[in-house]
Amino acid sequence: MQQKVEQETGSGLEVFVNGEACRTGARTLAALVGELGYAGRRIATAVNGEFIASAAREEMQLAPGDRVEIVAPRQGG
Amino acid sequence: MSIIETETKRAGSHAEADPLTLYGRTVGSRLLLGTAQYPSPEILGEAVRQSGTGIVTVSLRREAARGGGGERFFELISSWGVDVLPNTAGCRTPKEAINTALMARELFDTRWVKLEVIANDDTLQPDVFGLVEAARELSRQDFEVFPYTTEDLGVAERLMAAGCEVLMPWGAPIGSARGLANPYALKTMRNYFPGVPLIVDAGIGAPSHAMAAMELGFDAVLLNTAVAKAGDPVAMARAFGAAVAAGRTAFVAGLMEPRDMAAPSTPVAGTPFFDLEHKR
Repeated sequence: MQQKVEQETGSGLEVFVNGEACRTGARTLAALVGELGYAGRRIATAVNGEFIASAAREEMQLAPGDRVEIVAPRQGG
Repeated sequence: MSIIETETKRAGSHAEADPLTLYGRTVGSRLLLGTAQYPSPEILGEAVRQSGTGIVTVSLRREAARGGGGERFFELISSWGVDVLPNTAGCRTPKEAINTALMARELFDTRWVKLEVIANDDTLQPDVFGLVEAARELSRQDFEVFPYTTEDLGVAERLMAAGCEVLMPWGAPIGSARGLANPYALKTMRNYFPGVPLIVDAGIGAPSHAMAAMELGFDAVLLNTAVAKAGDPVAMARAFGAAVAAGRTAFVAGLMEPRDMAAPSTPVAGTPFFDLEHKR
């Protein structure tokens, strides 16, 4: 918890987005999605392996080290 | 009217109006086509059109922040007027597959999911234990699951008990183009589940493979690479569409059984010179 407070009061949180480290000022998943330029796009999200519906992104608080997935439609077999 | 004439008429009328119903949705074509690995979006679109397919498989992947490929692909598939079957390709655990399915449902707005839980990267064999577990949970969450499975009858029964109303046994390993590796087991499966929609998925390399599956009585086939990687994918899509339709018509018409001995097709009675001795 101490570590989390320190990171939050510094230059934002460090999380992983699609496997890449990412420092963000966002505190919620919705804010992160907006900050990275995905707002309004056809994407789906998961945090730490759990699906987060678009309607729940606003309430989804981020923590240091969270692993965020942002995915979109793609060709498949 | 004799029994034979009645049966023939029934088969004939069945062939004319022969819809396939998957989870209550009726589809016109018995070919399901994958959308990956085509040379261009234009060729993909034309292959989809000329195959006559009514269902295409799609996936989801990580999207770059400055990307937009997902949006363009979604617009492309929306323009075809076909049903979309999202897959969970590459998932190796039930948890990954379940969460991928949940993301796919939100992206594609469908309850359908082609459920893949892969056991091994080299063989791409289904992990049938994880598959049953994921199928049960997804059915509980109101999905309509199309499980990519083997021809194992015990696994098939577990999948149905888990809520699956459609089964998709492999023909051969994904991308192998080996056709029906175990036709005996597939035939047994077909006979064991007469009323269950069965779709041969994976390993189809040639139109003759697809046709063989349809002649065995499978309800549909799902393939991707054989069309996408053909020299001319659009022409190959057309060939597969024709093969699937022909195989289905042949199955409904009723194929003759193979026999060990020759039997003349031309009438023997009235053969000229029949009463002469045959001597060399």
